Parts: sequence; C-alpha cells; structure tokens
Amino acid sequence: MRIGSGTFRRVKSRDLAYVALFAAIVAVLGLLPPVPVPGLPVPITAQTLGVMLAGSVLGAKRGGLALLVFLALVAAGAPLLAGGRGGLSVFVGPTAGYLYSWPIAAFVIGLLTQLFWKRFNLAWALIANMIGGIVVIYAIGIPFTSIYGDVPLWASFTGSLTFIPGDLVKAVAASVVAVAVRRTYPVIELPGRRAAAS
Amino acid sequence: MLSLYVPGESVVHRARAGLKLGLLAALGIGLFWVGSPAVMAGAVALVVLAGVGLARLPWRALAVQVRPVWPWLALLLGFHLLVTDLRTGSVAVLRLLTLLAAAAIVTATTRVTALVAVIEWLAAPLRVFGVRPARIGLVLAMTLRFIPLVAERAARIREAQAARGAHRVRLGMAVPLLIQVLRMAATVGEALDARGADDAPARRPRRRTAVAS
Repeated sequence: MRIGSGTFRRVKSRDLAYVALFAAIVAVLGLLPPVPVPGLPVPITAQTLGVMLAGSVLGAKRGGLALLVFLALVAAGAPLLAGGRGGLSVFVGPTAGYLYSWPIAAFVIGLLTQLFWKRFNLAWALIANMIGGIVVIYAIGIPFTSIYGDVPLWASFTGSLTFIPGDLVKAVAASVVAVAVRRTYPVIELPGRRAAAS
Repeated sequence: MLSLYVPGESVVHRARAGLKLGLLAALGIGLFWVGSPAVMAGAVALVVLAGVGLARLPWRALAVQVRPVWPWLALLLGFHLLVTDLRTGSVAVLRLLTLLAAAAIVTATTRVTALVAVIEWLAAPLRVFGVRPARIGLVLAMTLRFIPLVAERAARIREAQAARGAHRVRLGMAVPLLIQVLRMAATVGEALDARGADDAPARRPRRRTAVAS
C-alpha cells in the first residue's frame, strides 16, 4: 500500500535525525564542567548521562547507533569528549574500554526499556539504567584497563569504585527524565501497536 | 569545524587515511607481543621521530593529545612498582605511550572528511543489514549541526527558568529541552523526506525521466 510504505519511510528519516540528535546531546553534555575527584586522574563527566538517555528515550537500535555515531566523530578527530579530548588516541588509552562500552550500554538500556515499556515507571527505568549504564559499562571498562596496563582485575575494579556514587546519581537523573519524556513525547514504538501516546 | 587536524604537506599527511588507520591497528596488536623495555623504548622513539621528523608536526600538537593521560601513566607505573616490578611497569607505560603518540599522529595528519570516508568504506559490508554507507556521512554531518543547536536551546531554557526564579534546577530543565529538540529532530526528518533524502539510489528517477522524454 502506498500510504503504508510512505509512513514507513518517513519514520526512517526521522530515526536518522533522532540518532544524530542524541549523538549531539552526548557531545553537549561533554561541555558541562567536569567534576574533579580528589586523588583521581579522571573527573566525573555528564556524558554517561547521555548514554543512559539515548538508550531509555530512543530504544535499543537507535540508542546504540547514536553512540556509534558519537564515537565515529570522536575517532574522526572532533574533540567532543569531556575536556575537549578526541582523536584516535582516546581509543587506545587505558580507559578506552569505557568508550567502547557506550554503544553496547545504550543498546542494553534500550532493550530493557522496550521490554518494560508497557509498565515503564521510575523503578523499571532505574533497573534498565543501572544494568545497562553501570553494570555493562564496568563489565567492559574494568577488564580493558586491566589488560591494557597489565594490572590485576581487582586493582582495576577498586580503582573504579569511586565512580559508582556519581553513576548512581546519573542513573536516577536519567530515569526521572526518561519517565517524564515518555509521558509527553514517547519515541519508542512497540511493533504492532503504537506506544501509549494518549 | 572544531578538529584536531594540523594542516601540512608531508608524506604522512598525503598517505591514504585507510593505510594510516591500518598501520595503527597493526601497531596496537603488535605491541602486545613486545616484552622488553628496551625494544618498547625504541618503538616510542621511532613513533615520535615519525611524528616530528616525517610528518613535521609541532611538538605541541602531539602533547595536546597525550597530556590528559599523563596522570594515568604515573598511576600505572606507581602501581607496578608496588605490586610487580619496574620491568613490567615500564613496558606497560611505554606501550601506552607508543600507541597514544601513533594515534595522535594519525589524527593530526588526517582530515575529518578522509576519516569519515574510511568509516563509510568500513561500513560497506553492513549493506547486508540494510545500512546505506552514504547515509552515515549524512548522520555525521547532522550531528555536527545539532551540537550548537542543542547547546543554544539549553541556554535559552536555562534563561527562561532563571527569569521565573528557578536557579540551578538542572533536572527540571532537561525534560522541556529534550522534548523541544526531539520535536526539532522530527521536523528535520520530515524535511529530509520532503527533499527526497530517503529515496533509493539517485539514478532511478533520472532513468525514468530519460524514458519519459
């Protein structure tokens, strides 16, 4: 049917714009002043908040793609990471594993969000953001640092514990925002049925 | 556009982006087979020499990209001195330094457009999954355009909320901002369709007009 295929196509172009939008949002969050932690070489940044939002607003596929686009731009030399970092060197640094984990984290958050979509509330949002935005990111970032620096896992693990409180705050913030956005402007549409736009 | 590219006419600048990226990837894997600090130190010297001598990059261009990692390197060395030994520690630190310098050289000598072209080329096999490599360039360009737009909208909402007496309510700002930019993105998507951005390969309509005329 002509109208049907037309609708389908329009959605696809809009999806591209959504993907670009969230890649841009992650970049803008990198402009916020980072919070330095005494005794730690890396400051806490707001960019993982963007990872969580991408997953829980756009869903698995578009959320993951948004982070891939963001990383592609960083790799191409745009200094979009917090503190104006960018280029290929950030992809071979000791914390590169965290970067690689971002698209996967956004995808997992999106997957869980879609799974919970019908009864999505603050609690479900928190579960999705904590599993995808904290567990997945650390599960990739910690072994990477440990392999790269020839450091045992436990050392790499204890080193990253300092970031957990900040990440919890970000997970709560992302969840509150995701639930509010779902109420007014739901982007995720489950197959076969339109999302609760009401 | 904001970029870490340093213009130049050297051999390294003129080398193909794909080749440079391939060498960087090979270096990243190869260095893990080196266990001797002396060989590793040689590798660092060689890479830095290539950057400053062959690519004629200013020291500063390399330093800017490597500087944020210094505390990490110090921490790493300190850890190894405590737990393992100087040999393992220096190999780990030197390996990182080599990779960082090499990556910084590739970034500083390769234009963003050339790297985007490599990304499109790398994405070509994804065609099987319905990805059109040409659209990747479109999405990347759109993202660069959206960055100042989102920042500007954020500033506007912050001002509006401050005018109503709400100071430093960051989270309350996020929801109206997100909804605004999501609407904007949807409009951009519609505009793309209106201009035929989502049409299948461009030669098809051309052939049709040829038949018609």
